[in-house]
Order: sequence, then C-alpha cells, then structure tokens
Amino acid sequence: MHFERTNNHTWRKIKNALAVGTAFGSAILVILPLGLVFCYLLINGIGSVNWDFFTKLPAPVGAVGGGMANAIVGTLILLGLAGIVGIPIGVLGGVYLAEYGSGQVNSVLRFLADVLNGIPSITWGVVVYGLIVLRFKGFSAYAGGLALALIMIPLILRTTEEVILLVPNGYREASLALGVSRWKTIVHIVMKTASKGIITGILLALARVGGETAPLLFTAFGNRFWNHNLSQPIAALPLQVFTYAISPYDDWHRQAWAGALVLVTGVFCVNILVRIVTRGNTA
Amino acid sequence: MEVATAPAITRGEPLTAAAVMKRPSRFGDKAFEWLTLAMAMTVVVLIILTGWQLWHGSQLAIQKFGLHFLVTSTWDPVAEQFGALPFIYGTLVSSLIALLIAVPLGIATAAYLTELAPLWIRQPLVSLIEMLAAIPSVILGLWGIFVMIPWLRDYPFPWLRRFFGWTPFFSGSIYGPSMLAGGIIIAIMILPIITSVSREILRSVPDLQREAAYGLGATRWEATRIAVLSYAKKGLFGAVILGLGRALGETMAVTMVIGNTPQIAASLFKPGYTLAAVLANEFTEATTDMYLQALFYIGLVLFGITILVNLLAQLMLRTIATTSATRAVQ
Repeated sequence: MHFERTNNHTWRKIKNALAVGTAFGSAILVILPLGLVFCYLLINGIGSVNWDFFTKLPAPVGAVGGGMANAIVGTLILLGLAGIVGIPIGVLGGVYLAEYGSGQVNSVLRFLADVLNGIPSITWGVVVYGLIVLRFKGFSAYAGGLALALIMIPLILRTTEEVILLVPNGYREASLALGVSRWKTIVHIVMKTASKGIITGILLALARVGGETAPLLFTAFGNRFWNHNLSQPIAALPLQVFTYAISPYDDWHRQAWAGALVLVTGVFCVNILVRIVTRGNTA
Repeated sequence: MEVATAPAITRGEPLTAAAVMKRPSRFGDKAFEWLTLAMAMTVVVLIILTGWQLWHGSQLAIQKFGLHFLVTSTWDPVAEQFGALPFIYGTLVSSLIALLIAVPLGIATAAYLTELAPLWIRQPLVSLIEMLAAIPSVILGLWGIFVMIPWLRDYPFPWLRRFFGWTPFFSGSIYGPSMLAGGIIIAIMILPIITSVSREILRSVPDLQREAAYGLGATRWEATRIAVLSYAKKGLFGAVILGLGRALGETMAVTMVIGNTPQIAASLFKPGYTLAAVLANEFTEATTDMYLQALFYIGLVLFGITILVNLLAQLMLRTIATTSATRAVQ
C-alpha cells in the first residue's frame, strides 16, 4: 500500500505541474498576438511614419509619398463631436445611477447599459445612417460623431457610476450637514472627489471609439481631402487604414501600416497614461 | 439624505418663520435630479430607437420577404432577391470556431492568473491582456491580411488538410481568406473579454473553498479544479455567452479576412461572409431601395441576435456574481 500511495502522490504532482504548464502556455498564447501585432506594426509601419505622414494629404494612386494629415485631424474632430454629445450624457447618467433613483429602476438601467455595451458597433452606424444620413441626404462629420457618441454613452455611464459609488458617504453627509444643497454637494464634493476616475473613464472611452471603424463607414464616410465643413464627409484614421489595407496598391499598404502604427500608438498612450495616473487607485 | 431639506440651524437663535421660509430653494435639486434622470434614460431611448429605426428602415423588405429572408440563400442585388441565410450561417460558424479556440484558452488563462501563477507575474499579464483588448479591430484585420493569412496558408492549413482532410471541414483547396481565418481572428478579438470576465468570476469564488481543498491536501491544480472551477461553472458559462455576443458582432477584422463570399460550404478553408461584414461592405453600395432595405433587415437580425445573447449573458452573470464580474464586462 505504501508503494501505491507514494506513486499516487508523484502522479498527482506531475498532473499539477502539467496543469500549471498548460495554463501558463495558454496565457502566453493569449498575449502572443499582442506582441506579434505590435512587432509587425513597427517593422512595416515605421518606415512610412515621417514628417510628410503628419502634414500631407494622401497621394493619388501611383504617386509615392503623401500622408494622412487630414485623417488624423478628422479623427480628432470626430472625437470632439462625440465627446460633446457623449461625455455629458454619460457622466450625468452615471451620476443619476449612483446618487438618485430606486434600486430596482437603477438595476434595470444598469442592465440595459451593459446590454448596450455588447451591441455591435456597426449597428450604431446603421442607426445613424437611418436617422441622419438618409434624412439630411448626405454623409457628414456630425453623423460620424453621433455614431461614436452613442458607443461612448453606456461606457462612460457605467464607469462614472462605479467611481462615484466609491466616494465615502461621510463626504456627502458632511457637506449636507453644512447646509449645502444636494445638487451642489454632488457637483462640488462627490464629482470632484471622483473626478480622476471619471476622467479615466472618459479617456478610455475616447481611446476605444477613436479606433472604431465600423460605425464610421457610412456616417463619416471618409474623405481624401481637407474638410472643415462638418456637414460634409470627413476622413478618419481607422477608415483610411481600412481603405488602404483592402486596396491592391503596395504604396497604400505601406501607408496603411503607418496609419495603423500611429493609431495604435495613440490608443496605447492613452491606456498607459491612464494606468500610470490611476496606479494604486481602485478607481 | 433627508438632511439636505432641513433648514440651516443657527446656534442660539430659535428658528423664526421667516428663516424657515428663506431656506434654500429646492428648485436646483429638483432640476439637477431631473436632468441626470433624463441622461440616464438615454440607455432606454437608445435601445428603443435602435430597434425602431432598424424595423422602420426594413419595412419593405420585411413585407416582401417575411421570415423567409432568414432561410433563403439567394443574395442577388441585381434581381432584388435577398436572403440572409449564408450570412447567418457564416456568423454562427465563425463565432463557433472562435469560441472553440477562445474558451479553453481564456478560461485556462483566467485560472492561471487567479490560482496558479506566481504573484509577481499576475499584474503584468493582466495589463498585457487589457492592452490586447485595446487594439482596434481594423488593425488586427490589417495584421490578419498581411501576416496571419499568408502564414496560415503556408503552414497550418496544409497540415490540417493532410491530417484531417478526410473530414469535410478541412478538405478542398486552400485560398487563405476563409471561414477558419475569420474564426481565428474573432478568437483573438474575444480572448481579452472572456479572460477578464472569467478572471473576475474566479476571483469572486470565496477563499473558504480553496482553504477547504488545500486543507484536505489538494495540490494547486486539484484545488483549482475541484474547489474553484466547478464552483464557478455557471459564472464561466456567462462569460462564454458574453464572448459569443461579442463574436457575433465583430466586424472589421472579420470583414478583412473571411473572404466575403455569400456561400454555405462545409469546408472551413472556403471563404464565407457574416452579417456584420455584409453591412460593412455593401451598405454604401446599396443603389436601390430594396437593397438598402434588405441591409437594414440584416442589421435588424444582427441586432436581434446580439441583444438576445447579451441579455442572456448579463442575466447569467448577474444572478451569480455581483458588481465585480460586471465591471470587467466593459
């Protein structure tokens, strides 16, 4: 019996080692694409990221060079438009869920916000196409910005609610006890205390929608030229990357890699920045 | 919270009627509450608006094709005959492939992160997985076209055909852009969410479970399997459904690698098409009203499927784990 028991023990230890090894292997496989994508972006993209890339318009087919200045500015404009609509709605909605309302209504709203977060982003493109593009007879920066805003709203709403719930109740009580009205307490004490977390949520949402392509395909549409008229189609970096990637021209492929590198660098910078700022904070 | 409505008390002076009357007006409070309520209600408005817009936009197509739309496989814009079956098939098959790859990897990684890994390695790994989630879909698609597909075409696909070519799934000629490539790219896209939600679920397993297993002399793996994974089974299922919801709606990366051919073929080496991909590709090309309507109908089908799957996932996650699990959903 003694022999069997030690044998069994060894076997269990081997099984344990195998399981840990497999799990470690899985973890490596999961993050492998991250490394691969980033390496290939650097290898293929870095050569075309130069001064021209940030200052010039796309070159016509066949012509070498050119840049994506209009797409970079276009993405920033779209993010600005999306922010104007999405940030106030998301933040104030999150305030409501955290500070007002009854438990039951709020849990339904929270539930719906989570469901909305899972709706494919292209759906918002279709909806905004029906609402804006068909109605006003044309693709526009406004439509693109609205599509992105609709994606941002549930994201910001949930993060805002969570960080506001982290503010200790004592802060509210202290302020109310001093005779400050409730809404001023919320704005000046609660939201101010949670501001770091709220801004984090906003930045992450902007980084997320900044890389969205699908909702822009038939709202912002893209544009090969400068456009300062917001009721006209506007270029966006992810759109440009898509158009170039599926084109048959080598020059455009190089530009696509460069655009992707710039886009990913922007998205990663925001993410890393947010992580550094909030390090150690649960918010 | 009622404190706010009480008049300010000044020490020494008894409250006069005038002082009570002068208490701060509650108009600001009411206005702010209504304002935030209106903003919070946008989530309801958005769901209704989306459903209505998709329904309204596809009225003609719904009247003309009815539910046959879902089981017809003709997609002929010229003859104005439309059926969504190849797209529904492609969406389901590519999502299934993605789940087959991503679920074991994601759950194993989550178990590694919460139970098996040395402590110092956990946080960096979590950060890396969050970075993977931050990669825009279109960039993964770009990498898919120029790096992943050529590699798949040269190495794993011929290998699969050599060993599993006798099954219908891995037979026929190899093109590159294919259902299998689409499934693999979706798997990469949904791995972060499956991993992070599973991780939150495993973290919410009470320590008592683990202590009991270790107390009985279990090894790390035995404790994980018996005390943690089986305890969290339901929650992990919720995580899988949530991953499925994301897989069904994944658009850009899939569009770029799946081949965009509306056909139903057993071989996974053959190109396919998904609901989201056909929207992305053909929406701006829709020249006739009926074509556009059919695409709206496709959008309605996609919205219907994803909203059902997400409702299910959220319900499952909510009944099991509370806030901690839903936080990772974002």
